[in-house]
Amino acid sequence: MSWIENRFEEGLIVTSLDWAINWGRRSSIWPMTFGLACCAIEMMAVGASRFDLDRFGAGAFRATPRQADLMIVAGTVTFKMAERVKRLYNQMPEPKYVMAMGACTVGGGPYFKNGYHVVKGVDLVVPVDIYVPGCPPRPETLLEGLMRLQDKIRHQTLARDRWSGAKEAALEKGEPAATA
Amino acid sequence: MAPEEIAEALKERFGDRITDCVFETAHPHVFVEAEAWPEIAVFLRDDARLRLNVLRCISALDMLEDDQLVAVYDLYSARRPVSRNATWMMGPSCCVKIKVPRSDPHVPSVAGVWPAAQWHEREAYDLMGIVFDGHPDSVTDAAGLHPRRILCPDDWEGHPLRKDYRFPMEYNGIPAVTELDQTRPIH
Repeated sequence: MSWIENRFEEGLIVTSLDWAINWGRRSSIWPMTFGLACCAIEMMAVGASRFDLDRFGAGAFRATPRQADLMIVAGTVTFKMAERVKRLYNQMPEPKYVMAMGACTVGGGPYFKNGYHVVKGVDLVVPVDIYVPGCPPRPETLLEGLMRLQDKIRHQTLARDRWSGAKEAALEKGEPAATA
Repeated sequence: MAPEEIAEALKERFGDRITDCVFETAHPHVFVEAEAWPEIAVFLRDDARLRLNVLRCISALDMLEDDQLVAVYDLYSARRPVSRNATWMMGPSCCVKIKVPRSDPHVPSVAGVWPAAQWHEREAYDLMGIVFDGHPDSVTDAAGLHPRRILCPDDWEGHPLRKDYRFPMEYNGIPAVTELDQTRPIH
């Protein structure tokens, strides 16, 4: 489908099939419970009743990566944990998204200078779609991040990259990076 | 019992194995020889007057200028009745310190005496490098027989809280420092 690529501007919905698929995908993002540290408390607060995450369709937290769409990395990632983060990311089926929640996952956070065991940003380990800064981010911030992710999914189309990891996956397989 | 009385009881039983006593500080402690530590530990736990059955904490000090590592054991007696006027912090407690040379830091493990020592000794090895001989959860690798690391991954090199620790530049392909030439903490 390369003849269709880059012919339309960003944001133009190509077909109503695209619209329907994207509506279904963005209205039912099922996150994976991946609270590592203090940001997990804010994530729990978002899932609770006041800042309800279920009204976005994202209230069904799956404990297993095999059934999850979104991995909210909430908390400091250490080197010991980085291997497990990578493994869980690989176990998620496509299309998958990663949200870096909190300052520690965005760029090392308060451990940026002297942390000998902290990965300075989870994007050194997995490709990230949405960065939500804060220490910890307020629940409204996390919801804003989720809504931005919904916008990102809304503008996906069969004629362009479906999700941010598609380029990397294609390069690993040795195929040309442009996807159909 | 005051720290002096505990030191007296130790000295009359073990004599010259107690190398030093320090009472004037806020944290009175006694220094003990490393080889005699297991039997002293059993004595501290089981003696009828002391009954120090709770190991609160094991800390480790890095005395770079003396070329020594020090293991600090904070003990507490949960069984002995405390007088009505004794505050919580000044209850029946005792502190024992063991000095070992930095080049060959071996201390006998007391995990069989106080079960709390299992994790504390693993942490003291992981972050400071004091090797506890006879620890029940020991592994053998390039560094010999040592307790299993508890915080850092098993293939981590070095002991991070030592004063001469150099930051790793990367770990398994993930970059580990923020500045290109950074090897120590930036203060």
